[in-house]
Order: sequence, then C-alpha cells, then structure tokens
Amino acid sequence: MSTATISATPIRIALLGAPNSGKTTLFNALTGSRAKVGNYPGVTVSRREGVVKKSERRLRILDLPGSYSLRGETPDEQVVERVLGGELGERPDAMLIVVDATTLRRSLAMVREALEEHAGLPCAVVVTMVDEMRARGGRLDFGKLSKTLGTPVFPVVGHRGVGMDALCRALEAPEAWRRPKPFAKSDAPEARFAWVDEVCDDIGASSIAADTRSDRLDRWLLHPWVGGLVFAAVMIFVFQSIFTWAVPAMDAIEGLFGEIGRLSRTILPGGLLADLWADGVVAGVGSVLVFLPQIIILFTLIHFLEDVGYMARAAFVVDRIMGWVGLQGRSFVVLLSCSACAVPGIMAARTIPSPRDRLATILVAPFMTCSARLPVYTLLIAAFVPATKVGALIGVQGLVMFALYLLGALTALGSAALLKATVVRGNISTFYMELPPYRLPTARLLGTQVWQSTRHFIKRAGTIIFAASVIVWAFLNFPQVDATAGATPQETAQRQLEGSAAGQIGKAIEPAIAPLGYDWKIGVGLIASLAAREVIVATLAQIYAVGDPDDFDGLRGALRADVNPDTGEPVFDLAVALSLLVFFVFALQCTSTIVIMAKETGSWKWPIFAFSYMFGLAYVASFITYRAASAWLV
Amino acid sequence: MAANQEDSSLAHKPVGFRGTISPSNGAEVPRRLRELGFVPGTEVSVLRRGPLGDPLELELRGYRICLRRADLTEVRVDPVSEPDS
Repeated sequence: MSTATISATPIRIALLGAPNSGKTTLFNALTGSRAKVGNYPGVTVSRREGVVKKSERRLRILDLPGSYSLRGETPDEQVVERVLGGELGERPDAMLIVVDATTLRRSLAMVREALEEHAGLPCAVVVTMVDEMRARGGRLDFGKLSKTLGTPVFPVVGHRGVGMDALCRALEAPEAWRRPKPFAKSDAPEARFAWVDEVCDDIGASSIAADTRSDRLDRWLLHPWVGGLVFAAVMIFVFQSIFTWAVPAMDAIEGLFGEIGRLSRTILPGGLLADLWADGVVAGVGSVLVFLPQIIILFTLIHFLEDVGYMARAAFVVDRIMGWVGLQGRSFVVLLSCSACAVPGIMAARTIPSPRDRLATILVAPFMTCSARLPVYTLLIAAFVPATKVGALIGVQGLVMFALYLLGALTALGSAALLKATVVRGNISTFYMELPPYRLPTARLLGTQVWQSTRHFIKRAGTIIFAASVIVWAFLNFPQVDATAGATPQETAQRQLEGSAAGQIGKAIEPAIAPLGYDWKIGVGLIASLAAREVIVATLAQIYAVGDPDDFDGLRGALRADVNPDTGEPVFDLAVALSLLVFFVFALQCTSTIVIMAKETGSWKWPIFAFSYMFGLAYVASFITYRAASAWLV
Repeated sequence: MAANQEDSSLAHKPVGFRGTISPSNGAEVPRRLRELGFVPGTEVSVLRRGPLGDPLELELRGYRICLRRADLTEVRVDPVSEPDS
C-alpha cells in the first residue's frame, strides 16, 4: 500500500467518557480549536468533531456527549449508542474511551460496557488525571490494566501534554491496535461492578486517598449559609462584571462604528447606496458587535467557573430552590447569564446535563432582561416616568427599572414551572450531578473555550442581525416616495416613512395594537424590533426624524411632543409607555435568539412555540397594563 | 433487628452516615443509579446536605455526586459497624 492511499482514507475515532473525565481537555489538546460544533438531528445534544493537528492521515475525532453509561433512556441519552452503532452517520472506525484515574472504580464499568457492546471495534483507553491520582497517593499498574482489557492503555496528563505524543502516534493506525478481550454480555450493572472491583484491587486503583484540598474548600463553599453567601457574591460579581467592566469597551465599539458610519457618509456619494451602507450594514453589524465585550467576559467567567469545578457547587447550593419550579441548580447560572444576552445564555445551557431541563431553560431564557432591552427601557423610563423619589433615597425611575428586571425573572421561573408540568414533562429522569475535585484550568484551555463560544456568537448572530438590519432598512426606504418641491428634509422623511412598506404595515396592524395604546408609528417600531429589540430605538429615531440616533434627549422630547392629529391627544403618555415596557419584558423580539434556539434544540418547532406563547403573554399583559394605567395613573 | 423500609433508605440518612448498599428486596433501584455504582456491597457515605435539606452529597467508589433525596428512596443501606462502637 502506498502512503498516498493511506493519507486519503479518513479515520473517524469516537471519543467516549464521563462528564469531568478530562474528555474536553483531551479533545482540545488533540484537535486544537478547530472543532466543528453542531447538533444531532432531532435531539438537544450538541455534536463536536475535530481534525487531529499533527496527524499524517486525515484523523477525525468525534466528541460524544459525556455520559456514565452507553445505554440511554431518552432520545438525547441514546446519541452515544446510536453513533457507535452507525445509526447517526457512518459508524466510527475506532473508539477512544477516556477515564479519570481517580474514579476508576466507577468509570471502568463503562469501559466494560463498551467492550461488551462493540467487541468488533478497535478500542483504546486513555487514563487522565494521572498526576492528581499520584498526588493523592495512588499507584496504578497500567500494564496490568492493558492486559486485563486487552486494549492499549495511555496514561496522560492532558493539560500538560504528558503522554500525548505516544497517544498521537498510536491514533495514526487504529487497525494495528491490540484487539480487546471478548467480554461476555452481562447487561446488569451489578455484574459489571463486581468485575470492576476485582480489576481495581488487582491494578491498585482501590486505595486512592480522598482529595483533602477540595474537602477543605467545600467545607466553606458548600456550608449551609456561608455557601449561600459565597454563591450570592459570585453571582453579583458575574452580574457586575458584565455591566461595569464591559462598558468602556462597549462605548469604544459603539463610537468606532458611529465614526465609520459618519466617515463613509463623507466618502461615499450621497444616495441609496450610502444609506444602505451606513444605516443598514454598518449600524447593523455595530449593533451586534457592541455586545462582544459582555460576551467575552461572560464566557470567560462561565468557562472558568465550570472548569474549576465551582459551577457544580453553585448548582448544589441553589438546587432546592430551582427544584420548586421543576428545574435544577445549573439552570440558575444559565438564566443569570441571559442578563447579558440570551444567545450566549442559551449556548451555556449545554452545561445542563438533563436534556428536558435544558430545553425548559432554553424556552424561558428570553424572559431574562438582556442588555438589548436596556436602551428601550432607558429611553421610555427617562421620557415618561417622573424623576421623583420615594422616601429619601429611592428614585421612582430606578424602581421601575428594578421592577422590570424582577418581572422578567419571575416570569422565567413561573413559565419554567408551567412548561415542566405540561409541554416538556416527558419521563422524569433521575437528577444527578458529580462534584469533581477543584482543578485549575490552564489559560490555553480557557482561551480555546472562550474563543470557540465567541466565534460562534459572532458567526451566527452576526450574519442574522446583519441580514435583518438590511431588510428593515429596505422596508423603511421602499417604495421610494418622490420628494415634493419645497418640502423640508424632515417632511420628506415623514412622507417616506408613511409611504414605505414598513409604514404601510404599521398602519395595517394599527387596529390590532390600538387596544394596547399604540399608534402605527409604534407599530413600525415593533415590527423593526423583531430583528432585535434595541432596533426600535433607532427606528423611532428615524421615524421622529431626530437625525442622530444617539441623541437621546432629542428623541425623548420628540416622543413627548408627538400629538395624534385626529384626537389632539399625545401619542405617548405614561400608560402607553408602561404598556410598551411590559410588551418588551415578555415578547421574543430577537432574531438571533430565535435562530440560536433552533440550532440548540435541533428543530424550528421550539422557537416557533416560544415566540408564540411569549407574544401572546406580551399582548395580554400590555393590554391589562394599558387599561389599568389609563384608569388609575393618568 | 427488623429494620423497616423507611429506616434503611439512603434518603433518610443523616450527614456523616457511612454504610454499604444492601440487596434491595422487591423495590427496584433505578437503572441510572445502578450504572453510577449504586450496587449492593458498595460503600457509601453522606457528606453533606444542601442548604434547604436537599440534595445530598454522597461519596462512593472514590467520587462525589449529589442526588435529590426523592431519587434515593429505593436505595437500601446497612450502617458500617464501627470497630470501637
């Protein structure tokens, strides 16, 4: 056989292992950051595939979801078995099972299961955390383990690269691996564990001391009330960092894109093309990238907390509370992340082991007050809520802002309880979560993970928002209305708006939104905000011909001054503003979220469902708010 | 001593309890738990309890896992007899 034929045949190796076994570290060490992330069809399970960096043959590693057993009860859990059996894509050419040296007395059971079920497949075992096992006084006879299993065994310290060369060399030729021993099918965990205990006694895996360092930390971090305080402090820290640290960078990005827009207007000849470029493309891309600093900080913190082992502890602390609404501890962290942006939050839901809980969390995530709602809230509150104080310290405006946050969070929890009792009920699986020893991730691993998440955010959300902003721009500018002679630029802009497709749609839906207190101009804003919530601010700015969308004071004044030509009443009053605020708390006006929901749940069914029930809720709640506020407040 | 069902369930054991999982007679331990190593003869200890009484942090087979008490009712345990007690 020539070398050319060897390098032409791609080999697919399935990577199996329990959560926390070091599987991700190994995957990243083998493939670098060149992983393709996707979803298995029809299930809420993410799929990762990467190419081995240094290999001469085309070596693809298929990272299977972390699990404690091959046999699954729900479709999501069955992915591992179906991939190995060749039911989801082509059958892999070999399997690589990752086991943590410190938990062999549990994890060897899955090795045995894999060898029983897939006897024909070349198999190798990678033993990770060897340094940690040694530090805890353990000694392992790897030769004996290899002999017992009949497979090659590679001890590695993944994050330091120890043992990786030998592993990479062996991966080049799975055909040459020693064939595993044929094991009788036992089908009962009891029988497998009896065998595991025997093997562990034999190779010296039975006497590994407890991890005293983790013990000492857990004494405080999991303490009944100290643990609660630490949890609150960590969450406040995460929350603060998203809003405080990110601000200078966000301002810089916003300024940069404003500058690019202004600059291109001076360079480009006036006309439609310049409008499309400056108002559509630059403004659209800028409106996404402005969230980048928040997203990078959030992902860094989340991945760090996850890798270091705190996320599992945080989940332990709040699990009981989340249990009341049918969710689990990890959902809390995901929902909190959504206060930056629901898109990374929904992606972070991958850390929730139970697919049902993950789905329920994803479906309620958009209720959490994301930063895209802030410009809308700020504008309306500043314009219509009186800047008076309750008592000496608390301002009414701040109170309204807090109430909106609270309303979003409570709705998320309430909806989760409702969904878990109805739509995503299914068979209730046992909740279990391992508490791994505390481990410091390397900067490289952390960097790779943050980069992977961020890159996907830019790619997915960026393309969608970009396209949506161009479409909104087109709807606002077509069909073109001829400028009447002698009309001021403002009058021309007004006529253009009324004649545009967006204006016509706004007028068409006016009867439907009139019960909420909105006129057709707000209708145009609402339609535009389907692309992204904050677009309504820019759209209202365009509608009221304020010119500079960042001119908040000007827009505020214009909103307050607008009068309905038929009734002579102001278009906006406190009741309308409150109604609109409530609408923005509930409605799912975000194309990026809808798209990410479809990607992460593997179907368009769920985003359509979420959009519908959230829209229904928004409509009813806004109607009640408008009526109540009109009766009592105005 | 005939321990009743309630007393021998892992779900009702206090923090600090150490014991071995006993063969369940009649009541079936969920397969998921058995796959995690909750099989007869395995030593298990209760390390901690969540702030509001749930979940429990357990140690078995050299690793730590937390489970809700409701999911542990079918796991029967015998206390390990301390040599000095």
